[in-house]
Amino acid sequence: MVKLNINGKVHQVDVEPDMPLLWVLRDILKMTGTKYGCGVAQCGACTVHVNGEAMRSCSVPASVLEGKKITTIEGLAATKLHKVQQAWIDHEVPQCGYCQSGMIMAAVNLLEKKPKPTDADIDAAMSNICRCGTYVRVRAAIHAAAKA
Amino acid sequence: MNLNRVVTSRRHFLKTSAAVGGGLAIEFALPMQARGQAQGTAAQEVTAWILIHPDERVVVRVARSEMGQGSFTGLPMLVAEELQCDWKQVSAEYASTTEQMKRNRVWGSMSTGGSSSIRTSHEILRKAGATARQMLITAAAQNWGVPAIECVALNGVITHAASKRSTTFGRVADRAATLEAPKDVKLKDPKDWQLIGTSQKRFDIPDKVTGKQVYGIDVTLPNMLHASILQCPVFDGKVKSVDSSAAEKMRGVKQIVRLDNAVAVVADNWWRANQALKLLKVEWDEGANATVSSQSIMALLSDGLNDTAIPNAKKVGDVSAALAGAAQVMEAEYFTPYLNHATMEPQNCTAWVKGDKVEVWAPTQNAEAAVAEAAKALGVAPTQVEFHKMHLGGGFGRRGVLHDFVKLAVLVAKQVNTTTDVPVKLTWSREEDIKQGAYRPVSLYRMKAGLDAAGNVTAWHSRIAAPSIMLTFQPDRVRNGIDTNALGGFIDMPYTVANTQVDYSLKQPHVPVTFWRAVAHSQNPFARECFLDEMAQSNGKDPVEFRRALLKAGDKNLLVMEAAAKAAGWSVPLPVGVHRGIAVQDSYGSYAAAVIELSVSDQGEIDLKRVVVAVDPGYVVNPDSAKAQIESCVVYGLTAALYGEITIKEGRVEQSNFYDYPMLRINKMPKVEAVLVPTGGSTWGGLGEPPLSPLAPALCNAIFAATGQRIRSLPIKNHNLKKV
Ligand code: FES
Ligand code: FES
Repeated sequence: MVKLNINGKVHQVDVEPDMPLLWVLRDILKMTGTKYGCGVAQCGACTVHVNGEAMRSCSVPASVLEGKKITTIEGLAATKLHKVQQAWIDHEVPQCGYCQSGMIMAAVNLLEKKPKPTDADIDAAMSNICRCGTYVRVRAAIHAAAKA
Repeated sequence: MNLNRVVTSRRHFLKTSAAVGGGLAIEFALPMQARGQAQGTAAQEVTAWILIHPDERVVVRVARSEMGQGSFTGLPMLVAEELQCDWKQVSAEYASTTEQMKRNRVWGSMSTGGSSSIRTSHEILRKAGATARQMLITAAAQNWGVPAIECVALNGVITHAASKRSTTFGRVADRAATLEAPKDVKLKDPKDWQLIGTSQKRFDIPDKVTGKQVYGIDVTLPNMLHASILQCPVFDGKVKSVDSSAAEKMRGVKQIVRLDNAVAVVADNWWRANQALKLLKVEWDEGANATVSSQSIMALLSDGLNDTAIPNAKKVGDVSAALAGAAQVMEAEYFTPYLNHATMEPQNCTAWVKGDKVEVWAPTQNAEAAVAEAAKALGVAPTQVEFHKMHLGGGFGRRGVLHDFVKLAVLVAKQVNTTTDVPVKLTWSREEDIKQGAYRPVSLYRMKAGLDAAGNVTAWHSRIAAPSIMLTFQPDRVRNGIDTNALGGFIDMPYTVANTQVDYSLKQPHVPVTFWRAVAHSQNPFARECFLDEMAQSNGKDPVEFRRALLKAGDKNLLVMEAAAKAAGWSVPLPVGVHRGIAVQDSYGSYAAAVIELSVSDQGEIDLKRVVVAVDPGYVVNPDSAKAQIESCVVYGLTAALYGEITIKEGRVEQSNFYDYPMLRINKMPKVEAVLVPTGGSTWGGLGEPPLSPLAPALCNAIFAATGQRIRSLPIKNHNLKKV
């Protein structure tokens, strides 16, 4: 049994020690907001926060996360939208939207660490892949959220 | 069970509600395909396209697919413009494919490809809006006993000025729904449009920022099993034998399914299925294709170019004579590679086989084609398929005509032996997705041009060797060995050259090919527009001036070139070390030109500074979405030009994931300026693909300006660039 604290709620899951958090979230807990894009820490579609750090959940076994605080896209906005989500809506960032849970989680983490990021900070922190090409709006929305 | 709220009986007195009728309870909340959920109130279907609720909410049915391009909002805007409803009350839902079959294809084409959603349905949709408006007005007029002609509708309110009476769409919708639809309705003059041409918020965005949007890959059903698949790595190969002893022992594994050309593991979650899949020992019958390589394909294309009996697709004047008499003859070969679509959402489909029926959930660009494929796989009539179209995590042509993911899901689900029928979700790993695509074709070009002493082009001979997409999907479109679809940009070249000839050699290696964003217009412009740049540069002419001399006055290619050049400040010198290139291409009814500015470092690294794209799509419905499509094409086009390459070794694809099929990321992303110059007229052009066409040539022309190196084969990453 692995005990996970996700979005403030404790879940007990009976999984193998090497099962990545991504699949525990998606297939065991049915929290499908976190996406599978590559499975090898390349694309960032699966990004979640673990103890305040952005992490690619496809490449972290859930079993090593016991006792840590995990936040997923579903837990980002309990009552009111996070300012990053609001900026995403204001700038109409998503196209197909598939990469956007990961993009948003990465952007939130960036702003937590650097409330006023420069373009270079954005380049360094936002390595997520978006096939629809929303990058120019991602950048604009991060700057807008930083001002919000 | 239907995920889209859809009417299931005849047109008159139709009612609909959010309640999901029949079947088993579904585990997840219904996706909010519509903005604003119907709260169980009865809605009236005024026409097949339009539902009106008593509380004034208007639901517009959308036949095409939403894959990020904004059709789920843009198409309803066309309806609402003529309906004269209150836009704030409008939401969208997918037209049901089941109803489409029952009701004689009342929604027309469901295909979402060729940048066609708006350009091929704007008239039907505007008419649908105008028709419903007239019916609503007639209903109100009948209620009041006044002539309909004296009533007007605005923002969902119908008014009869003379008697100072007014009512709302919601209050008369039930009566309107009983009326015969008028045959001829008059559409507004474009100058009177109030909604079309204004930027409206896309309906699908709110759920895409909270993780609520349910994509095909997220479908979750009671007792659902998960499958991971391995298809024969050599296309067209077969399974010879499978040793599944290790895989079967893995936790959660329910069954190993063997198909003709693939093996799948079915388990209680996908990760377990995929882990077990890696333990299978499969022996393949790879067939004759196992010796094919990128080199052998190149040799095949080369043979095609040298074929003396190569068919002629176009001939104007006499190129041979003109070349013989030219002061300068230029010749060059260009090459573009195979490309994978790499939709961010890997291929997937959920199938629930129930005897001779099947229920299917899939992301598709063409729901009717998906239904046909599911029916064929099960060996039943299409009416036995209940289909749920899901928003797509990217399409780009991969999910258009080819529904291999649907077929395989149904075949796997059919074989699953459980005591009760259960749904099976088949998800391809990214590796499977890269290796089992249908690809943008390779192509090899031999360009030959003759110029006179003043540097005017007198002859242009284009010879193209490439696979044909039509040969697979619509073989009757290949005539006398020619697939004109592969020749866009050449057979309709806008430049005035007295002697032109286009030859085409159809060479079809075993690698499957399909439509890939902009199709032939993703590659032909690279050869055409770079070769034209070669002609200009070798004569010391400005590339804009050189093109201007070859384009007829009034040609929209000229117009967008001028617009792009102006926005980019073409005549203004650039800072030291910064260089630019330009290219022009029309496709899918739209005209596009791009200017790219960049610099190249001493180490040969490209720093993309700025991309300006000007597009004339005739009309623009939702300008912000239109700009987003231009931005999208810039990324997709630059990614392909810089990095995109699928290579073949021993009959199989060599690449497997984003580490060897790299993507442009934000750190390399230039500034993008999207310039919309709609000129109206009778043609509505597309926006999902045309802006991509000039990207690769504009980029390579800029690289030439920066380095003096002419890139004649893509991708650019294979070249060692040096600064001049
Ligand atoms: S799925 Fe985890 S980084 Fe791509
Ligand atoms: S919005 Fe489609 S992949 Fe990013």
